[in-house]
Amino acid sequence: MRKEVPLIITFLAGTFFIADYFIPHSGFSKMAESVNGWTIIVIAFSYILGVANVARVNLDQIQKGSKDKFYKIILLVCLFFMSIAGIVWGIQGGSVFDWFFLNVYYPMQSTMFALLAFYIASAAFRAFRIRSIQAALLAITAVLVMIGRVPVGEAIWKDFSIFSEWIMNVPQLAGKRAILIGAALGAISTGLKVIAGLERTHLGQD
Amino acid sequence: MKVDDYLVRRGLRKFKRIRAWAFAAVIWLWQSLSVLAQESPLPQSGSTSDFRWFDTHRWNVFLALVIIFFLIIYFIEKAKQGKNLFVRRIAGLDAIEEAVGRATEMGKPILYVPGIDDMNNIQTVASMIILGNVARMVAQYDTPLIVPLRMPFVLPVAEEAVKQGYMAAGRPDAFQKDNIRFISDEQFAYAAGVNGIMLRERPAANLLLGSFFAESLVLAETGFSTGAIQVAGTANIHQLPFFVVACDYTLIGEELFAASAYLSKEPKLLGALKGSDYAKAIILLALIIGAILMSFNIDWFKNWFFVE
Amino acid sequence: MKRLLETINSLDRRYIFLFIGLAVSLPLFFPIGIKFTVTHPVQGFYNTIEKVPNGSKILMSCDYDPGSAPELYPMTISALEQMFKKDLKVVITCLWPAGPPLVEKALAHVTPQYHKQPGIDYVNLGFKEGREVVMVSMGASIPNTFPTDYQGKPVSQIPIMQGVTNFKDVAMIVNISAGYPGTKEWVQQVQSRYQIDLVAGCTAVSAPEFYPYYQTGQLKGLLGGMKGAAEYEKLVGFKGLGTRGMDAQSISHLTVFLFILIGNLAYFALRFWKGKASR
Repeated sequence: MRKEVPLIITFLAGTFFIADYFIPHSGFSKMAESVNGWTIIVIAFSYILGVANVARVNLDQIQKGSKDKFYKIILLVCLFFMSIAGIVWGIQGGSVFDWFFLNVYYPMQSTMFALLAFYIASAAFRAFRIRSIQAALLAITAVLVMIGRVPVGEAIWKDFSIFSEWIMNVPQLAGKRAILIGAALGAISTGLKVIAGLERTHLGQD
Repeated sequence: MKVDDYLVRRGLRKFKRIRAWAFAAVIWLWQSLSVLAQESPLPQSGSTSDFRWFDTHRWNVFLALVIIFFLIIYFIEKAKQGKNLFVRRIAGLDAIEEAVGRATEMGKPILYVPGIDDMNNIQTVASMIILGNVARMVAQYDTPLIVPLRMPFVLPVAEEAVKQGYMAAGRPDAFQKDNIRFISDEQFAYAAGVNGIMLRERPAANLLLGSFFAESLVLAETGFSTGAIQVAGTANIHQLPFFVVACDYTLIGEELFAASAYLSKEPKLLGALKGSDYAKAIILLALIIGAILMSFNIDWFKNWFFVE
Repeated sequence: MKRLLETINSLDRRYIFLFIGLAVSLPLFFPIGIKFTVTHPVQGFYNTIEKVPNGSKILMSCDYDPGSAPELYPMTISALEQMFKKDLKVVITCLWPAGPPLVEKALAHVTPQYHKQPGIDYVNLGFKEGREVVMVSMGASIPNTFPTDYQGKPVSQIPIMQGVTNFKDVAMIVNISAGYPGTKEWVQQVQSRYQIDLVAGCTAVSAPEFYPYYQTGQLKGLLGGMKGAAEYEKLVGFKGLGTRGMDAQSISHLTVFLFILIGNLAYFALRFWKGKASR
């Protein structure tokens, strides 16, 4: 039963939600709604699993005296402090949690996102070398779109943004749709294989 | 006899388990039917309840699904009969084995990042399938495999996939549970954590396979700076350009979903891959026909694909 | 000369980082004021909200976190400005856990000048885990999905939520999103099922993915990145964070272009040099 039960559950759940798309019967929709509610609860409980894993892995490393144990201590202290602060004093505006969120977490997240600007510049410098015809097309299109999508493009040539929009709306969109269709078919195929039990690796079974 | 007693006891336990599941199924069915029975079979005046058992506005989607399913099943049956199904070479997937070999030679670990999405995303499911295959490969060479995770829900699935991979390779003792780690469910905190792993552990190969968003370039560039060979793959189209410029090999869209069939070479999976390829050929034909007809302002064909 | 070309060809990326840092920061201190025009998707976003009758209720979903706030926060501010100018009632939800404090910040910024009251003119329902499941659940009942607001007050006691059961009770949906769950899920799960007007704001990198939806009319308007935010600010009639970032974005794009150009010139010059030497 250890192999069969997960497969049966996968099959029933998969066909149920496929059927929900085609069956507008309000009773059926109510069933789907209640299952959706269970899903929300299960996902929320999985965070306990995650926190337990973080605590276990990092405590192990601290106990073993790994060379980065100082950072692991900071990680655990921050994790438990923010959790306790949120639970005890609440998360509303003006609370301790809110202060740390706006003054520590917010700038740190923005900083990480801002790294992308630097990384894209170094990646572009490295990757856009015209070594072949395809590389030339890539580099030229990237430059045209890059300049056309900022005000300086309009300052250089007033129709630059229209030309850039054409590249985005026609050749780029065509390529994107082709990849999207292929990916969607791949997703349908993988979904069918998982529902039908042909693919079991993700369940830990061959 | 003791053996008979043991078998009888085991049989009884199995019977009790089956009985419990059957009982649960009956309860579930009874509750479902009760919900359905509460609805009147005849629509009441002014009622907004819908009592149809099939939405006729979606029959075109249903027909398309039936055709795709038929093609997949047909080619799976063909594969089962022993027919040789050709699949073109995918450089990115061949590179995975090369990356494992390189990591083994250098004595460094392999970093496998299965994307940042949850198990409800089919890309994560596909990534777990590939992870199982990669785990089987690395187990043979005793190469450490580090799997940082963003979603806690993926943690038990990843653990099981890696464990089974090691067991399939006959190396259950080599499985290290601590190498499969939940980092953080915050996108950039996760990216920072993975960057830290890359810079500290210096993996020889980074496999970035799954659903990625803005952190893709942060991961790929940091991986590049450590000199690791990088194979990336995602069906998130907006991240493909970043992987293409920063990684050595990129699996584009459906190549990620083809990986399980490609790596395992299992006939049933190859058959399913073939089926979806034929479905794509039908869609291609429909696009050409539709484009030609629309050029002459004939729109009935296009309208057939409209979903309300 | 050859050594210089080789140095440029394999330039340490820290020099690139330095120039990008200067290109982004200097225009913020010394604005140039480069002019720009409004594109169709942004005009569509503005017009769709303008067409909503004054006093109607709008559902706004802010699905982003601080990482993408530089691009999306200006859109949120501008959208709130336009909606409050038209006296629209705004019901705000978040599908990303870090979204609600950002929404509170935006509301604190905009509401004082329009004298809007919480619970009467707007409400922040906070975050709910569940992604698409939450969207589908809201289609059945928004109060059941969000039983309390962000401050913990029961939704049944909030005046603006009276008469709001599901998507049929709001005039349209404004979605500002950074990824998943976001615009694509709103289109797939909500717009396609309930045929409600939907406009979206997203990061610049995601915008190309949503052009198909705009072309087919599933999205009535689309703001893409900081430029989209700046164009929208122009339509709403004020110069906010989006407009201020345009000069920095322009100069940094030009800098990247120059690096690509210099890199290719060095690459071709070296190839020519090596070719000549081998002959």
